[in-house]
Formats: sequence, structure tokens, C-alpha cells
Amino acid sequence: QAVTVEVLDHLEQLALVDFRDAEGVERLQKAIRFADQLQEVNTDGVEPMDSVLEDRCLYLREDDVTEGNCTTELLKNAREKVEEYFVAPPGNIPLPKLEERETFLKGS
Amino acid sequence: VGARGCGGVWRRAWQHGAGGPCPSSCGQRAATSNGRGGAVPVGKSGLAPWVPVVGLEIHAQISSNSKLFSGSQVQFAAPPNSLVSFFDASLPGTLPVLNRRCVEAAVMTGLALNCSINKKSLFDRKHYFYADLPAGYQITQQRVPIAVNGSLSYSLCTDNKMSQMVTKTVRIKQIQLEQDSGKSLHDDTRSQTLVDLNRAGVGLMEVVMEPDMCCGEEAAAAVRELQLILQTLGSSQAVMAEGQLRVDANVSVHHPGEPYGVRTEVKNINSIRFLAKAVDYEIQRQIEELENGGTILNETRAFDSKLGCTVPMRDKEGKQDYRFMPEPNLPPLILYDAKSLPANMNHQQVVNIDWIHERLPDLPSVKRAKLVDQYGILPEHSFTLLNEDGLTEFFENVVKQTQMKPKKVIGWILNILLSYLKQHSLTVKESPVSSVLMADLLNLVEKKEISSTAAKQVLAELWKGEGKTPLEIVKEKKLELIQDQKELEQICQAVIDGQENEVIMMVLG
Repeated sequence: QAVTVEVLDHLEQLALVDFRDAEGVERLQKAIRFADQLQEVNTDGVEPMDSVLEDRCLYLREDDVTEGNCTTELLKNAREKVEEYFVAPPGNIPLPKLEERETFLKGS
Repeated sequence: VGARGCGGVWRRAWQHGAGGPCPSSCGQRAATSNGRGGAVPVGKSGLAPWVPVVGLEIHAQISSNSKLFSGSQVQFAAPPNSLVSFFDASLPGTLPVLNRRCVEAAVMTGLALNCSINKKSLFDRKHYFYADLPAGYQITQQRVPIAVNGSLSYSLCTDNKMSQMVTKTVRIKQIQLEQDSGKSLHDDTRSQTLVDLNRAGVGLMEVVMEPDMCCGEEAAAAVRELQLILQTLGSSQAVMAEGQLRVDANVSVHHPGEPYGVRTEVKNINSIRFLAKAVDYEIQRQIEELENGGTILNETRAFDSKLGCTVPMRDKEGKQDYRFMPEPNLPPLILYDAKSLPANMNHQQVVNIDWIHERLPDLPSVKRAKLVDQYGILPEHSFTLLNEDGLTEFFENVVKQTQMKPKKVIGWILNILLSYLKQHSLTVKESPVSSVLMADLLNLVEKKEISSTAAKQVLAELWKGEGKTPLEIVKEKKLELIQDQKELEQICQAVIDGQENEVIMMVLG
């Protein structure tokens, strides 16, 4: 069962991954087939486990100010800044349209 | 279950043309009664009536020193990116550590809103991309929030004079803990967005109200009461102007007996007054759209306070898929009560629901009942007292220092002092007339040394804040009531003597 172009497009929008070419898509399909093996296990009556930490005690911190005040350090990572603000594009940059991507996949 | 639905309120709001630019056809709409005896708006003649449905999602910033999952300070208006830790900036290798105070705030709020507190609640990640969300996801509680199934009671006045009050209830679906995002400043001239992460990671309580309301006035009253409760608890300062209380309204309309209509979400509402306007405008807009054969899109709209209308929001790309997943770095949050309290646990690690419950302060509704009970004032008076910051304290201080009965004092406070304050846009704390001066003045009235009318003159003088006492002003302006019988007779006689002709005419009939 192949992954459709619509699903690929949806995944790329949601996760900003780039499947790039036919080989990337094939790797994805192999990964899905590998993970599907989990479906063979009967989990009736078994509560799903979210995390191996689920029996641990959630540590509660006291409400004290212990961090912050490191503006210069944080801004070191910024490619662009304006007076201690991070600079970002005006809105989310839309991904290339579906049609452009389809031809790109076909081409490789 | 309290009274839901509008009763007569919708008809009144409708006739007054609630909301912004309202087409003139508005005034012609009449109202009919529905089965419950309440009025329901009627559309153009011949068309079926409409039932508006309003639900609210409220985000209240938790009043705490540090953030929900990090130790950076929580403070309004600080130099950009100065209150940001490595975790808040989402640098790799950092982990969330839950702030105990935020948990307590959420439990207090849940208890005050009659919720069931979930002894085990879970954290999840809600994914979306935006420049002010550096991690690409928000940590929230989508599957099992900290509190569920509560209720909030609020009151409405059925006429403008506040003499008839009706109590309504709205169901609280849930309360969840979640992170706030940073702030984006849009610089359109340079086509860029400036990002300040000071607010990123601040603790929020999201209060989700079921769609039990039907107009702007109900929504506003419910939010006002929630605001008072949060401020009383101290779990949030809930000042809308500082973004500590943000309200999104979900609005739809349908015909009675039919399924709910498509709803729109209205955002960018900055005050309680605008909330009422925005909701009423959107209801009107939807009714008109549908009656003109149009459809309602399931979209997000922003309220434009200058124009008094809602407009579609750009940049909201269709239906979002948030790909909720459990937050893998946080185990379940376990809360305890007196029965389940573990014997050997460190106190600092234990949040005890019963302990918090025992220490809840008197909620506004209880405070109002006590005021009515203790001072013999009317319920609507108690509402006004609680509605103005500091007014209850002022009133009680005056009562303590005067012989005048509280039932009379309240008139002076609410009708005279409060209108002075409103006229000059002052808060109670800024009043040039202190409770001591007020009490002195009322004592003069009570002892019949001056008349009420004279007292109002004295108050006008006191208002100038020149430091004179009421007695000094009375003497200065000779406003004393004359008590001496003989003196009064002399004055009357002098008047009669001076007007001999008129007196003769009167006596003759």
C-alpha cells in the first residue's frame, strides 16, 4: 500500500521534513512497513504506555527565580537581531505548492 | 442546573442595537417567547427565530514568581529576552521542571469552580509552527487535564436600574495547565517579525466554558465573575489590559429544535466591554448572513474594536492538525488528598487537595452574602461594592467610624461617592475624600447638625482635597442646621414681618 502524494504533502507541511526524492519516499514506506509489525501484537486489555517514566515521581520545583538574564548569550545564536529582539520572517513561509513538488519527485 | 439561555436579556440587547454598525432593520425586530417563557429573537417576518450559542475559552496567566517549567522570572514589561532561560528558548538538551505554585493555583481555581480535581493528570505536546513558539510545540494537557466538570454562577440585571438580578450558571468543561507563547511584534515596513520570548513558558490556566451562554451580556458577566474569583484566590491577577486574562469566544446560531450551526472563533478581545460587543456583533452578522442565503465558515475572526465588528483573520491556514502526543519528559502529575497522603514523602513534593480546599478564601458570592447579612444592604449593592476595587473596604471603614446605619451609609457611598469617582475617572484608592472624612461628614448628618443637602455641598468642598475637615467647612460656609426653637421662631417671624402683604393674602385664602 503506497503512501499517496497527498499524505506526503500533508506530512511535509506538518513536520517540515523533506522527502526529497523517490528514494526518500521508499525509505519512508519501508519504515512504515517495519513499524506495522507492532500491529501483530495483541494488546487487548493492556493500557498504553506513554513513557518509561510513567511510574516515576514528577518532581515539583519551588517557585523561585533562578534563571534568565542571559540575553547576550541567547542572541549569539541568532542570525539576525534588532535591538535584542530575535528577527523572524513576517509570517510562516508557505512551502512550495503540491504541483511543483510532484514533478520534482517524478524527475528523480 | 441553573437557568441557561437568555430570558428577556436578548430582546433588550437586540432592540438597543448591540454591537457596532447595526443596520436599521434591527429596530424592527420583535421578540416572541420560547417554550420556557423566555424571549427569543425573531428574524424577518415569516422566518423562524434564532437561538445564539456562545462558548468561551479563557486563558488566565498564573500569578507566580517563575515560569511553569523553568526558573525564569514572570514579569510584565521587562527588557526584551531578559526573562528567558535556555529551556524557554528551546535550546537542545534542556528539560521542563514543573513549578509547584502553578499546580496549586490550578487546584485552587478548580475547587473554586466546583470542579472534580483529577488526582492523575497528564501533559501533552501540541505542535504548530510560529516564530514565538521556539520549540515548535506547546506543552499542554489535552488528554487528562487537572480539573473537569465544574460550574460558575454569575448574575445579570434584567433592567438598567440593577433592581432585578437573575442568577445564571455556565458549566466549566475543564481547566488545564499550559505554557504561554512569546510575543511577536509585526514590523510591516521592513517585512519582518520581532520576537520577544519573555512571555514564553509563563504558566497559563485554560478555562473552557461549555456553550451555555447566548449573548454578549451573559459572556461579559460570566468573565467578570471569573475575574473576581481569580483575583480573590490570587491564582491570577486577571488584568485583561496586561494580557493576564485572554478570552476567545465561540459563536454560532441555529433555529430552535435544529442542530447547532457552524461556529466561528472570535479572538483579539481586549476588555470585558469589547467581549460583549464582539459576541453580539458576531451573532448579528451570522443571522444576517444566513437570512440572506449565505453560509457561515468555520473560521477564526478578529474583533476590530475601532470599527466594532469582526473580520476574518489572515494567516490561519484551514483546519490545523496539532499532532498531539504525550510529553515524554514529564511523568503523570499525581495529587493527593487527606486519605491518599503517602506517609514518607517529602512535604515539598506533595500537593494536598484537601489542605488547599481548607484554605480557600471567601469567594465573591460568599463575600456578597455576608455583606447583605451583616449590613442589611441589598444584593445589588453588594455587587457594586465588590465590582469596584477597594470599595468594600472603604464602605466597611466608614460604617465602623459612624453612627449612621449601614443601610443609609450605602446610599452615600454608591450614589454620591462612587459617581464622583466615576466622573473624575478615579479609583477608590485615589479618592481625595478618605473614609475618615466621609465618616465625619455622615456623623454631622446623623446628629442633625447639617442637612443632607448641606452635606453634599460639604462633600463638593472636601473633594477639592484642601485638607479641611467637614466641621471646618460647615462653619466656614455657615451650613449648620439651627436647632434652637426660639431662634427658629425669630427667623420665621422676621420673614413674616418682612412680607406682610403676602401673609395677609394667604390668611384670607
